[in-house]
Amino acid sequence: MRFIFKTSYQQDIQLARHGGHVFWYGLLLWGLVTAPWWLQEYWLTQLIFVMIYSIMGLGLMLLAGFTGLFSIGNAAFMGVGAYVAAVLSAHGTPFPLTLALAAGLSALVGAVVGLPALRVKGIFLGIATLSFGFIVEEGLARWESVTGGNAGIHVKAMVLGSWKVDSAASFYAVCLGVTVLSTLFVLNVLRSSTGRAFVAIRDSEVSAQSMGIHLAYYKTLSFMLSAALAGVGGALYAHKMQFISPEQFGILQSIDLLLMVVIGGLGSVHGAFLGALFLITLPQFITLGKDYLPAVIGQAPGLQSLVYGLVLIAFVMFEPMGLYGRWLKIRTWFELFPFYRKGMFKRQKSFQKSDRLK
Amino acid sequence: MQVLQVIFSGVAQGCIYGLIALGFVLIYKATETVTFAQGELMMLGAFAGLGCVTYLGWPFGVAVVVSMLVMACMGWLIERVVINPVLGEPAFAIVMLTIGVGYVARGLVTMIPNIGTETHNLPVPYADISFQWGSLVLGATQLVVMASTAVLCGLLYLMFKYSRVGIAMQATSQNQLAAYYMGIPVKRLNSLVWALAAVVATIAGLLLAPITFVHANMGFIGLKAFPAAVVGGFGSLPGAIVGGILIGVVESLSGFWLPEGFKDVAAYVVVLLMLVFKPNGLFGDNLRKKV
Repeated sequence: MRFIFKTSYQQDIQLARHGGHVFWYGLLLWGLVTAPWWLQEYWLTQLIFVMIYSIMGLGLMLLAGFTGLFSIGNAAFMGVGAYVAAVLSAHGTPFPLTLALAAGLSALVGAVVGLPALRVKGIFLGIATLSFGFIVEEGLARWESVTGGNAGIHVKAMVLGSWKVDSAASFYAVCLGVTVLSTLFVLNVLRSSTGRAFVAIRDSEVSAQSMGIHLAYYKTLSFMLSAALAGVGGALYAHKMQFISPEQFGILQSIDLLLMVVIGGLGSVHGAFLGALFLITLPQFITLGKDYLPAVIGQAPGLQSLVYGLVLIAFVMFEPMGLYGRWLKIRTWFELFPFYRKGMFKRQKSFQKSDRLK
Repeated sequence: MQVLQVIFSGVAQGCIYGLIALGFVLIYKATETVTFAQGELMMLGAFAGLGCVTYLGWPFGVAVVVSMLVMACMGWLIERVVINPVLGEPAFAIVMLTIGVGYVARGLVTMIPNIGTETHNLPVPYADISFQWGSLVLGATQLVVMASTAVLCGLLYLMFKYSRVGIAMQATSQNQLAAYYMGIPVKRLNSLVWALAAVVATIAGLLLAPITFVHANMGFIGLKAFPAAVVGGFGSLPGAIVGGILIGVVESLSGFWLPEGFKDVAAYVVVLLMLVFKPNGLFGDNLRKKV
């Protein structure tokens, strides 16, 4: 068991709580930095996708997990970022500028979507963001002079000053840098007063308002930050795929993003990463498992969708805190050994709280 | 005259949206759960009807009744197995759960060998009949859609107004806890509501089948029923139908007058405007918590 003695208030907001954190996250970072030397190129590509999705997951986590506003249209922000990157890189704009503009424009779009969020809550917000997602997707498909319409558009390789990023390893390095920066950004937002305001809004809007939190400002801000991160992820995604078309940013992508944060664990930064890892590796496992199943099941086209659905149902029913919640339980078991009790993380039984009374 | 024709087909399409939206609203009113699986229930219903007619060779009338019964059991089962254990969780969790149910339904249907991946035509007895009225051509498929919607609404209205079960459902939707204290079996009613919603979805699916086709992805039309439900005010049964018809008409008129592309997003533009300016919808009740 580990006891942390608090000797100063600064300790409450330190990023690394104790030596263990420093050691393990340091080791993880070291492993990731050296990955191009010990990982095959195929797995390096998968790792790049995990990073791209975790950046977008961080954005959605900020919105859904920490502010309690849930969006079924985050793929639209991702699409805006991706198209900004595609169009600008065709003109030879350097990558840092592209990334900043992708984030900025997505954030602007996010602010627009945030407008209904000031008036509606819960599921209505979901429907508003869903509608917005559809409109953006259709807009991307119809604005043919810029986006190339449904035929899609090719994305040129990334340019960083005089360095052309065209190998997997160099692209990996860029992704890793952006991921680390985004993670630090989100962590810092969460430990600042802004993050505390987000969490307060999630837990109770009425009490947040009575504590002097300006709901409209913070909700819009949350949407903007989430959209900016989705835009950054989208820009990287565009460069990785090298070819984008509007249907990559449709409702299915939005649901994938949601699925990711729910399975990862709502309300934890770790959850975004675990969810991304899960989302990227699950299809690989399904492909591996196919050969062991009878051909009728293994070769059927619906298998992936079936597995996704079952996993999602299982997580919501049995592990609402997601993969991170499972990890918390395991960690607590070890920390308290042998005093872990079965009911420690038991959910409280509750009656349905009505949303209809505002 | 052409405009009237467009409006006519818009109303027919809108009735389908309205019927799917009716399913959402039924479930939302009773359990305050928003389901994303309603479109998939409709798809399953259409496939059940298709199975009865094409593969078992039953007459259309029998097939309709049988598929409605099968789907009622299906709705009941879904509520029992997945929704009931998590009631009381945040609404968001339940939404994700229904998305999962939708994925599973779509996956399972696609996995049926040789049938799931194909597009099918449901042979209905009234497929090719049409009537001439002035210069309007009224297709029987569309007339049947409208008539069935009207009859179904009437039946639901009578049920909610006069039957014991209907009144109990109204009580449950107004206040679950109070209804429970009054001796209403809330849990059983919730299952019943899901069964009812599945039946309504089946009817929608069977009505839609002759207009489009039966295939595994037909459930995505359910996403267009959300705007219908919101425009009508999420908790109102007549609102769902009116909202559906409104969305259908707006959609076909924008397809007629506006450039290509607007038809697909018209429904969503309408719902966004509605949410910004009148979040409670046309028929929604505006309840406020008093401290």
